Amino acid sequence: MYTQTEVTLRVDGKEQRLTIDTRTTLLDAMRELLGVTSPKKGCDHGQCGACTVLLDGRRVISCLALAVAYQEAEIVTAAGLADDEKLHPMQHAFIAHDAFQCGYCTPGQICSAVGMLAEVEAGWPSVVSSDLEADQVVLDDAEIAERMSGNLCRCAAYANIVPALAEVAGR
Amino acid sequence: MRPFRYERPGHLSEAVGLLTADPGATFLAAGTNLVDLMRLGVSTPDVLVDVRRLTSDRIEDLPDGGLRIGAGATNSNLAADRRIRRRYPVLAQALLSAASGQLRNMATTGGNLLQRTRCPYFQDLTTPCNKRQPGSGCSALHGHNRDLAVFGWSETCCATHPSDMAVAMTALGAVVRTQGPVGERALPLTELYRPPGDAPERDTVLSHGELITAVDLPSLPSAANSRYRKVRDRASYAFALVSVAAALEVVDGMVRDVRLALGGVAYKPWRAIRAEESLRGAPATAERFRSAAAAELADARPLQGNAFKVLLARNVIVSVLLELAEEQR
Repeated sequence: MYTQTEVTLRVDGKEQRLTIDTRTTLLDAMRELLGVTSPKKGCDHGQCGACTVLLDGRRVISCLALAVAYQEAEIVTAAGLADDEKLHPMQHAFIAHDAFQCGYCTPGQICSAVGMLAEVEAGWPSVVSSDLEADQVVLDDAEIAERMSGNLCRCAAYANIVPALAEVAGR
Repeated sequence: MRPFRYERPGHLSEAVGLLTADPGATFLAAGTNLVDLMRLGVSTPDVLVDVRRLTSDRIEDLPDGGLRIGAGATNSNLAADRRIRRRYPVLAQALLSAASGQLRNMATTGGNLLQRTRCPYFQDLTTPCNKRQPGSGCSALHGHNRDLAVFGWSETCCATHPSDMAVAMTALGAVVRTQGPVGERALPLTELYRPPGDAPERDTVLSHGELITAVDLPSLPSAANSRYRKVRDRASYAFALVSVAAALEVVDGMVRDVRLALGGVAYKPWRAIRAEESLRGAPATAERFRSAAAAELADARPLQGNAFKVLLARNVIVSVLLELAEEQR
């Protein structure tokens, strides 16, 4: 059976060709084969968000994505958000607000937050939005909590994560 | 995870052919449920046929005023669509109350309909489960069944369907379009899921190799006044204990049209036909809403651990209908 396959993956601006077992997830391909360790393996079941990356600008979890199925995608991890030595505003806000303790969930939180703010910019409602048809989202703390519920933090740094996101959102 | 061959055909007919040729092959969309089940050893396909970009991801207007949703449309794009938000708010709310932002960006419409139950025994290889291993027995029937069915279950299986999206689509009278080995067909969503009976391993009436290509929503004026209420163990990112999708049109205090479906109570979204029939033409009052809910729930057969669902369903039906009636005052 042909279970080995050649794939091309584009991660943080670098295109790389590699031979993988078809079972390899995007998360494992990045961490184990490409040495991109910024996305973290938490639950490996799509429940914790530690493996969140941006895929063509949208936040997704990489632990349930098969690498072989995402060869055309432009993948950006939290490490790839920085412009050389200059931190992304979201990275800066996490530091400024002390929005982590152990830091394991942080790269996933940061990618999720960047993707989430793009969704807000596009006017996407959430289930707690009072007006589904509104053009603009009023990004209060309840909206942030709901929209970030796919990212768990076992240190419970939420109290500082929410203000970090609010600052980047310009609130 | 068992090794598998990966195929990404260029045409729908090729995808259908690949499955028809191999009983061990299965379709892959985003894989947010399937890949997890493969990792757990619950699903063991030997070929994955990737159809994520084969079916349309567009949401198109139909001549009758309805919408056609391509099976490849993601849950997040569907929820954000202006026409869905304005004409079918119950569907936007159902989608937005499900999973997480990341998962909604991946999950497709077709995949959402075909996701499998989250019954803990189905996902646990160490316990008997007729849905996972036919003939092995049902661990849930006398086990931990708080999350499971109160309608339509059999001695072989009492699993529930986990989708929120499908509950709203059921209330809206959606029609599922498929392409399979013997051609195309359209069937009401209410007929997609198969009662467990003596073969709970088969979730749907679809044949092997039959692929969902689109979901049609009919034009439904009452759907403009609709909502989805989901009750769960935590405020976000959890499956429903009970959910209610409802649409209500009231004219001069009387119910002109009502659509009602329940989630988290059966192997399929439970269209509350009896409640709907008792309400059409009736006064839109709390008393009538209560008796309609009671009529629907009279046939419920709760398990040892989930009798609370009957009371919860009744209360949520009544409160959602009252809110919708208030909107029309």
